[in-house]
Amino acid sequence: MGAYLQPRDLDEALRHLAQGPLTVAAGCTDLFPATERQRLAGDVLDISGLAGLRGVSRHADGWRIGAGTTWSEVIAADLPAGFDMLKAAAREVGSVQIQNAGTLGGNLCNASPAADGVPPLLALGASVELVSASGARVLPLEEFLIGPRRTARRAQELLSAVLVPEAAGASTFRKLGARRYLVISIAMVAARLVLREGRIERAWVAVGACSPVARRLGALEARLVGMGAAEVAGLEPGFLEGVLSPIADVRGSAEYRLGAAEELVRRSVGELMEGRA
Amino acid sequence: MKDAGLASLSINGRPVEVASDPGRRLSDVLREELGLRGTKVGCDAGDCGACTVLLDGAPVCACLTPLGRALGREIATVEGGVAEDLQASFLRHGAAQCGICTPGMLMAASALLTRNARPSRGEVEAALGGVLCRCTGYAKIVDAVMATATAAPALPKAGAAVGARVERLDGRPKVDGSESYGADHVPEGALLVRAVRSPHVAARFALGDIQSWAARHGVQVFTAADIPGENRFSAIPAFADQPALARDRVRMRGEAVAIVAGPPEVVEALDLATFPVDWSEDTGLRDPDSAESAGAPQLHEDRGGNILTRGLVRRGDARAALAGSAHLAEVEVRTSFVEHAYIEPEAGVAWMEGDVLVIRACTQAPVMDRDETAKILALPPERVRIIPAATGGGFGSKLDVSLQPLIGLVALRSGRPARMVYTRRESMASTTKRHPAHMQARAGADATGRITGMVFDGQFDTGAYASWGPTVAVRVPVHASGPYRVPAYDARSRAVHTNNPVAGAFRGFGVPQAAVAQETLFEDLALAAGIDRLAFRRINALKDGDRSVCGQELWGVGIDDCLAALEGPWAQALAEAEAANAQGGRIRRGVGVASCWYGCGNTGLPNPSTVRAGITREGRLRLHQGATDIGQGANTVIAQIFADALGVDLASVELIGPDTALTPDCGKTSASRQTFVTGKAALLAGQALRARLLALANMGDEASIAFENGAVVLREGARSRRIAPAELPLDVLGYALSVEETYDPPTSGLDADGQGVPYAVYGYGAQVAEVAVDLDLGTVKVLRITAAHDVGRAINPALAEGQIEGGIAQGLGMALMEEYIPGRTENLHDYLIPTTGDMPEVRSILVEKPDPEGPLGAKGLGEHVLIPTAPAILNAIRHASGARLTRLPALPHRVRAAIREAAP
Repeated sequence: MGAYLQPRDLDEALRHLAQGPLTVAAGCTDLFPATERQRLAGDVLDISGLAGLRGVSRHADGWRIGAGTTWSEVIAADLPAGFDMLKAAAREVGSVQIQNAGTLGGNLCNASPAADGVPPLLALGASVELVSASGARVLPLEEFLIGPRRTARRAQELLSAVLVPEAAGASTFRKLGARRYLVISIAMVAARLVLREGRIERAWVAVGACSPVARRLGALEARLVGMGAAEVAGLEPGFLEGVLSPIADVRGSAEYRLGAAEELVRRSVGELMEGRA
Repeated sequence: MKDAGLASLSINGRPVEVASDPGRRLSDVLREELGLRGTKVGCDAGDCGACTVLLDGAPVCACLTPLGRALGREIATVEGGVAEDLQASFLRHGAAQCGICTPGMLMAASALLTRNARPSRGEVEAALGGVLCRCTGYAKIVDAVMATATAAPALPKAGAAVGARVERLDGRPKVDGSESYGADHVPEGALLVRAVRSPHVAARFALGDIQSWAARHGVQVFTAADIPGENRFSAIPAFADQPALARDRVRMRGEAVAIVAGPPEVVEALDLATFPVDWSEDTGLRDPDSAESAGAPQLHEDRGGNILTRGLVRRGDARAALAGSAHLAEVEVRTSFVEHAYIEPEAGVAWMEGDVLVIRACTQAPVMDRDETAKILALPPERVRIIPAATGGGFGSKLDVSLQPLIGLVALRSGRPARMVYTRRESMASTTKRHPAHMQARAGADATGRITGMVFDGQFDTGAYASWGPTVAVRVPVHASGPYRVPAYDARSRAVHTNNPVAGAFRGFGVPQAAVAQETLFEDLALAAGIDRLAFRRINALKDGDRSVCGQELWGVGIDDCLAALEGPWAQALAEAEAANAQGGRIRRGVGVASCWYGCGNTGLPNPSTVRAGITREGRLRLHQGATDIGQGANTVIAQIFADALGVDLASVELIGPDTALTPDCGKTSASRQTFVTGKAALLAGQALRARLLALANMGDEASIAFENGAVVLREGARSRRIAPAELPLDVLGYALSVEETYDPPTSGLDADGQGVPYAVYGYGAQVAEVAVDLDLGTVKVLRITAAHDVGRAINPALAEGQIEGGIAQGLGMALMEEYIPGRTENLHDYLIPTTGDMPEVRSILVEKPDPEGPLGAKGLGEHVLIPTAPAILNAIRHASGARLTRLPALPHRVRAAIREAAP
């Protein structure tokens, strides 16, 4: 049976990590489903007791969300409208039970192509802070997530926080699944807009579950600038073709996913333009 | 590194010391170390929510919570962590059927009510969205959470139990966490048993050096070579073909080749991938077309062409009738494997009592379990005793034996109690499924909309072994006409073996699939004839005195009563949909209707039930009720019928059993037969005991009977007579007075053309579905289902509604989301069943057209309720969007493709 370590502070956690690879346990909502055993496999570092990794704080250059912050805590946090899409995504993570245990950091480190938290964080321009006994580094989220179930985290590092610069504008999130609760996405879209006189001044759009890693759609964002509601509604079929690379699986065909992602983009952006978000 | 010493927990306000490793699942610590087995485990993956507990007031899945995280925090479980009024409300509303999800529901609801005493329906649904229920359809659970303050109804007076909304008599343990399911009884010193299962769909195998492996791990291993009796079983003895443990060949993924038994901590830690077995994998037959193709390898030597059985019902010249029809329609539909997805995976324990092997496991069919286990273990049946555990959902799959012979073998050979609890993956991979069907059907109607004839052909993927495949093949052609007059008819079915999972019994035995083909076909005919779709069904509905496609003269036919009851809701739904659609937009509303009929009991075969009742010398009234109650309510309904027949207060009836040592055979809980067949036996037993008492007291039938202070008191007018059982000699059954009555429905076998009297009683129903379809995304939201079901006599209207709501949930799942793919969806996050948020409002209409044969006119209901749901939804989708779905489930991508096909 492996060790089960419950450090009291970050330094202690990092010392443990420096000594050798450990399974880092946060909410355990992905770790336990991966085994049929009654105990987590291997040597485990349970970081859920680290108070320093929890909570949302405001800083001069933006927002800091501790990696150990649960989805329920995100929902309850006092955050501006730019974060609405993150809160909406938080409400779609599994169930209330999962939201009470699962964490932002765990969602990112698990690196599922269908992770609910990723599209909104991409559309917030988030970065992640990684710490180890030898120091800290900050990576844009796009560079942290390098493939399905793969991240840039080194074995001796902990993901300590998600950093979000000023989150201007209004935002929304749409998740498409075959049932209402407890469902893995067929496709999802997070969108954030700054409007000026009924036209898009700035846009941030990210799509999940339609590529190996959720994607921020830079070219689309550029194209959206200057558009009015009618032009958004009229985005031509196939406008995301070649941009996304959805797979076919039990949840839907590739062709369907692409079309659904496009429709979710039209609706999400359109809704923000009408102020219905 | 194991945590040294004890750690402290606080559970339901009490400090508790635990010794477990901090990395263990809290659910396992609660259940296995602390014996708090009210917290249930359904998936070990956070998918079902059955293990929900509160951690500092917040609901979490105990299966996803390491013990270490719960230290120093307050844990609330169903044992003491739930308000009494909430428990009582669950009981009163019928919110617990099988009860396996109830602890999780109660905990999630408790957390909600603590912060919001008057939640809205939407808030309750959101709070309970993480707990799956497979029985209720959720409505009564949500009702129970919203109305905790309503008062309990008074118990009915003597003689007035039938028709009353009596609370489930066995319900209390379901709401206080004390109900004991298959995994909840653990005798001291029990060995844990695990199975080594095939990862291949088809393979030959050779076992390696088992002895060394077993010695190295300190466990015992049993294989096919250890089975003393006949190593093959099947629900239907003539088709027995499935080994309890495969000998040298596996025909499906998940088939067991060996079992390992030993101390729980040792067996749990084993990596079964190291078990010495050499596989030589075959390609296998993945679909029935391949299995039927020329030269395909044969799964079973004596079943040429891989055909298990065929079914046929033929009446008149259907093809000639079609040729002369004014309107013709044709459909081709495919359905998928559907998983029963009960929240309780198979579990049980076996032990020896003297030379009797006792097996306590979840089941729907205790006497069949006894006989099959006895045969496999070479024991006379009287040396096997089956005590059904509370069963956390069955829906047909727990009719087949699963772990019974395996734990029986270990207990028999080791002399130690032996326990087995399937993992979710193991349960899904190794047990039966609903048959995927590939159906083609044609029908015609004359110019006035009367159906002239119908031709149906269905291929059913029956998987690797027989199970209930023959029953499906026989039932489908009998029922594929729907409850309609079809004067010329030719319906054929065949069950085809493949290397897929065993397809067996699942609520409706193939009839729900056939109804999808038939009701979408008749939809086409109604549209072709230009007749209102409900009116078309009424024109063709069977009436009293009509003959069925089997040539059976039918009485007590309630289908037109059901359709008539839907006229108002239908007109209103159509008007609402039209008004909504007039607003424009890409969300379109639609309305659909579909009917069902279903014969109750075995098809043209005997299926008796025997009920015993006795009065003890102490003056207690005991009802030996052998019908297993898997949540549907037999314990309550049978007692209600019996109490009224005897003429006593329901509270004076003490229930015994089910237990093969204590209760006579009431057959299996299947084919919607218990209310009808066992109910009738209970009626006869009640009447017989009443006659005995009246004779003893020399009183007429107007006399009342009461059990008072150890005596039976009969009163008629001013006369009163006291019978003291203590003064009577004991009879052979050990009672002062007892009766035993058997009822077997009068049926006859079907001839070569499927003509005869397959069932003595049929139930009928029809449902109207209202949907909203998103034309661009292909998503379907079911807004409301109005369900009219002819139950003959509603013995317990609350339980009947519970069956309707629950059946609709399963029908909705089959229509929109459920698709089992072997090896791919062996969990409850890839295999989806409806959650609270997927269920529409369900309006139930109980129609009571008495059946001449059923007890007090009653008919079966359990399976009927899901048959119309899927076709009603499909017809509504078509009405809304033009999409004609030819493949179930109607997942968004399939709906959108069908919409594009309809309107390119």
